[in-house]
Amino acid sequence: MSMTPRQKARVSQGIQIGVFALAILLVVFLANWPLIIDSFFRFDKIGGMFPAVILTGLKNTLFYTLTSFAFGLVLGLVLALMKTASFAPYRWLATAYIEFFRGIPAILVLLAFGLGMPLAFGTTWPQWVNVTVALGLSSAAYIAETLRAGLQAVPKGQMEAARSLGMPHWRAMVTIVIPQAFKIVLPPLTNEFILLTKDTSLAYILGMMITQYELTSFGRNGITEYGAGMTPLIVAGALYLVVTLPLSFLARWFEKRSAQVSRPQRAKKLTATTTKEA
Amino acid sequence: MSTSTPVQSAAGVRIAGLRKAYGENEVLKGIDLDVAPGEVVCLIGPSGSGKSTLLRCINLLETPNAGVIEVGGFTATDPEVNIDALRRRVGMVFQQFNLFPHLTVLRNCTVSQVKVLKRPKAEAEAIALRHLEAVGLGHLAHRFPGELSGGQQQRVAIARALSMDPELMLFDEPTSALDPETVGDVLAIMRKLAQDGMTMVVVTHEMGFAREVADRVVFMDGGVVVEQGAAAEVIGNPSQPRTQDFLRRVLDPTHVGLEAE
Repeated sequence: MSMTPRQKARVSQGIQIGVFALAILLVVFLANWPLIIDSFFRFDKIGGMFPAVILTGLKNTLFYTLTSFAFGLVLGLVLALMKTASFAPYRWLATAYIEFFRGIPAILVLLAFGLGMPLAFGTTWPQWVNVTVALGLSSAAYIAETLRAGLQAVPKGQMEAARSLGMPHWRAMVTIVIPQAFKIVLPPLTNEFILLTKDTSLAYILGMMITQYELTSFGRNGITEYGAGMTPLIVAGALYLVVTLPLSFLARWFEKRSAQVSRPQRAKKLTATTTKEA
Repeated sequence: MSTSTPVQSAAGVRIAGLRKAYGENEVLKGIDLDVAPGEVVCLIGPSGSGKSTLLRCINLLETPNAGVIEVGGFTATDPEVNIDALRRRVGMVFQQFNLFPHLTVLRNCTVSQVKVLKRPKAEAEAIALRHLEAVGLGHLAHRFPGELSGGQQQRVAIARALSMDPELMLFDEPTSALDPETVGDVLAIMRKLAQDGMTMVVVTHEMGFAREVADRVVFMDGGVVVEQGAAAEVIGNPSQPRTQDFLRRVLDPTHVGLEAE
């Protein structure tokens, strides 16, 4: 019996759906549902988490993310410019930094700052500064690589045209090259932001005051506090998604938009719509 | 295009003993070339002959290895020269236009006036609009470069360069990347600019333009100037075999294959 390719594809798809359905049925019928619900989904017991988990936890997660991203962005831009500089020692320094911080886990940097700085230097700055600096230092390495790729994706002719108009090198960078590089790296930069949002969960290891708790601390502490099993973790996870999912959509939208701009036919369509609106 | 005012080009170019090499590969092997103020010089020659490199050395987009370049009182090859001050007086038009895609047409023409020449924004915009009108694109001032055709983009690039009031204009194959039907508009603008008295150095494959507009045509091959003189002589009646060969290929490309057999 010989089948056409289309028939073969249909049969193969049918088998896949069958296996998938069987797996779901097995889980539904064989699992101990009361136990699972007791371990993960006792939302009735965790009313005490609210509103603090949002007003303090979500707020702190966003706050740590924003401060460390700002720090990482500034440092990352400096590193990216160093890495594309013509002065070789700058490039070496930037490469050493990037390789070092990409090669070690962020949690080590966090521990080194949160626990080590007070010991070694007697620093008494607030914990959020430690989190900002530690996560900023570590994310700067990734951001630098992203920005470097963006800087190098700007055609060389842009710098040449700017220099030909009498702009000094720094001016051409600031006004012509960097804005275009940022546009190019907006989608990957949004991804860096999402990664950083999740990395702020590491802050819980430092053991902070309750006003400094971020989402993971709330989730972790809730496990022992409410007798609702892992339900507090589900709450924390959902709140992370509240932040990261919209950002994910945003990144995809940036990507789509930049793809449109770089395609000339789409640009013509754009003209048509703008004239219609005008 | 009648709105543009005649330019008083004071800048000439003097090039002596210019050499440029990329590693082992010597692209310019001792070039001597003078361009008088107000003169229009067309550089022609096969690809790889060094004509674009020569042009890019004049405003130091390429750093020469040896020789002297003087542009309107600046010694470009002096290590202490203020490169930016020199480039402010030298306009450059590229094969690939190189407009700034993130800025409107108008801002393309004002950004350097404002940031480099420190002109007030209103004055810069008035100057930019005058030059955009002169190239027939005043109505597109608020569009982005990506919305324009190649020919329109190149005309904006010319307006952008002219907005800086250059005394010398360099053109690097300005029509090579254009659709054939838009080449004429760009050449017409360049012709007008030449008539207005601008000093121009033009790398081009447009023999018709060179013959009609150039005061002098320079034929380069293999990194040296092979032949130069009045356009009618070099193009119409070349004395050097290499020039004759090149022109035969360019002016009548279909015959080359037959002769080779």
